[in-house]
Amino acid sequence: MAKRPTPAEFVIERDKEKCIACQACVRMCSNDAHSYDPETDLVSSTNSNCVGCHFCETICPTSALTIKRNPSQFKLNANWEARVIRNITKQAETGGILLSAMGSDRPHPIYWDHILLNAAQVTNPSIDPLREPMELRTYIGRKPDKIQLMVDTSRSAGKNKNQSTIDYALSTKLSPQLKLEIPVMFSAMSYGSISLNACKSLARAASECGTFYNTGEGGLHRELYGYSSNTIVQVASGRFGVHKEYLETAAAIEIKIGQGAKPGIGGHLPGEKVSTEISRTRMIPEGTDALSPAPHHDIYSIEDLKQLVYALKEAVRYKKPVGVKIAAVHNVAPIASGIVRAGADFVAIDGLRGGTGAAPAVIRDNVGIPIELAIAAVDNRLREEGIRNQASLIAAGGIRSSSDVIKAVALGADAVYIGTAALIAMGCNLCQRCYTGKCNWGIATQDPYLTKRLNPDIGARRLTKLLRAWNLEIKEMLGGMGINAIESLRGNREQLRGVGLSDTELKLLGIKPAGEAW
Amino acid sequence: MRIDAKGLHYRDLSEKIHQAANSGEREFILDNVNGQRYIGDGLTEDNIKIVVNGTAGNDLAAFMGMPHMGPTIIVNSGAQDGIGNTMSAGKVIIHGNAGDIVGHSMRGGRIYVRGDAGYRVGIHMKAYEHLYPVIIVGGTVGDFLGEYMAGGLIVVLGLDSGKDAPVIGNYTGTGMHGGTMYVRGSIKDYQLGKEVEKSNSGREDEKTLEEYLKDYCTCFSLDFGEIMDSSFIKLSPSSHRPYGKLYAY
Repeated sequence: MAKRPTPAEFVIERDKEKCIACQACVRMCSNDAHSYDPETDLVSSTNSNCVGCHFCETICPTSALTIKRNPSQFKLNANWEARVIRNITKQAETGGILLSAMGSDRPHPIYWDHILLNAAQVTNPSIDPLREPMELRTYIGRKPDKIQLMVDTSRSAGKNKNQSTIDYALSTKLSPQLKLEIPVMFSAMSYGSISLNACKSLARAASECGTFYNTGEGGLHRELYGYSSNTIVQVASGRFGVHKEYLETAAAIEIKIGQGAKPGIGGHLPGEKVSTEISRTRMIPEGTDALSPAPHHDIYSIEDLKQLVYALKEAVRYKKPVGVKIAAVHNVAPIASGIVRAGADFVAIDGLRGGTGAAPAVIRDNVGIPIELAIAAVDNRLREEGIRNQASLIAAGGIRSSSDVIKAVALGADAVYIGTAALIAMGCNLCQRCYTGKCNWGIATQDPYLTKRLNPDIGARRLTKLLRAWNLEIKEMLGGMGINAIESLRGNREQLRGVGLSDTELKLLGIKPAGEAW
Repeated sequence: MRIDAKGLHYRDLSEKIHQAANSGEREFILDNVNGQRYIGDGLTEDNIKIVVNGTAGNDLAAFMGMPHMGPTIIVNSGAQDGIGNTMSAGKVIIHGNAGDIVGHSMRGGRIYVRGDAGYRVGIHMKAYEHLYPVIIVGGTVGDFLGEYMAGGLIVVLGLDSGKDAPVIGNYTGTGMHGGTMYVRGSIKDYQLGKEVEKSNSGREDEKTLEEYLKDYCTCFSLDFGEIMDSSFIKLSPSSHRPYGKLYAY
């Protein structure tokens, strides 16, 4: 049987009136979607090579290019839609697992869009964040069950005798904490899955905004050691690039158990992507597959996890917070409780819509639960057990805006991780082909011709601006609620109301339906 | 420095060791060790020597070494699970038996076990440039030896086994994609994972073995010549990309 033709996903429309045959698109496209014929002096395009990243459209000096979804499609069929036919055809041709990237694009419910925030009217005044101080500072780490104060004689001594105030100091020894100026951090994205310029952009932005970025399981490139006080290093099942100095340099350590886009499975960085620099950073031979097994082979239970948590705490002499990242799965609440009891200083939970550089589409689209439900379940469980203070809760997986952040905090999260939003700020248009290593935007690629398209100064500036904008918006929303510190919103679900949700969903989220008063 | 570990919590024991090491102490003798975890965890200086009298607990020598050459730890009896977890450099000598996952993700340094070792020895061990991890087990090992192995050297000697008695367990080298293993004794094909190839060791292999086994024999006062008198079977990965054809791009 002849190979079945599948229509191209995109159509490249070239306005012949506008095209000056400058060939910028030909030179730039890493997918060879454009070509130039010197005989006719014409530039033409191959639709089937287009991945829909819109890079050529952005750089075309005469705006001659438009990328559109291909209107010529399969016969309409609600059951056997184009996506399904395309996938089956591809698997019939290759016999392989379908890869995809970024977060799931399936229409799973987005609960953020069914949750509404409160605002103060008459009975309690709203606050104007432009004129009054608003506090977004957040501390990530274990909080004590109680605190004890003592009179600070050193500070009281120098004071005027007539002054009756006494200075107090904290006598309780606090666990190590991460200090965030905004409760938004950059999620784990490894050097390897993204370019060094993308890593640098994230690191610089984190340092400028008083927050943190996360190395993922890619080791720490030498050029990133300068940002160590804003770095969370990851220890995952492959233990790539993990050594004493790596742990010692970081501000915090995160044990990666799972990821929202691929709960329960490991990762394979194909050998062809293990270049000299990647191999040096991950400390593996060039050209060898970097295999991250599905489980950590020293962790088969909560007790084993505790052993690794404390092995890491021992290695850094208890000076840094050690947290654990898991995917949001059905049993997430009891698992998180176990993790807290295992001594983790923070628990990061990555929801169903979380992103990835490469994951089997079948896993990404079908495994896990939405982050909103996971935050509510975990926060409830930890409160019920009286251990909520023992660890901070970081929510991840599909946080798209400042309103998602503030809703996550009101549901019970201490802070959020953003990954996809940060990539979009750096140029990404979500073509979902990160795994090909051909990212035209210079983000998810190691090709030097492509990576130089992302200038880390510009990347960092754009990320900084994004966080500034969210910072302003969060303060506006907080002020509107009459709240002047994000601390006072944490787990304050009375500020949330649900619309278009079932009774069960409202119960699980722990929020009232819109229309119901206090 | 001599420390009586009797009744000491691991945290207090390692605090004593780290504090003394920071103020220049280089020789430690730990008496009455009874399963305390994390001995040597995160120590890096190469001239540190720790002698453990008693049974060392889990994660002995975890995250040890780098950026230096790492300490030497001598355990005069047995050790529990996870010895040399993600270790980068240094040397661990166990006179008794060792538990499971010896050298998990180990990147450099040496672990010598005189007795037997448990399951998953050398799992996901990897080598990089000058870093080359070596595990030598004098007795036998359990299943999944060298699983996911990506680099380095594992030698199993079967010193105390009778002729033709099994020296390794099943699923040996499953997912192996780098490094080398040598087994002194017989191997049945069913004991091997799909990603491993078996061959007889040649002259080059003997040179490699000599380099490490002589040192091993010195540590345990064994006769090198006698050990080399038997034949070794070499196990190598059949591919550096065992899972390269799983995906549709």
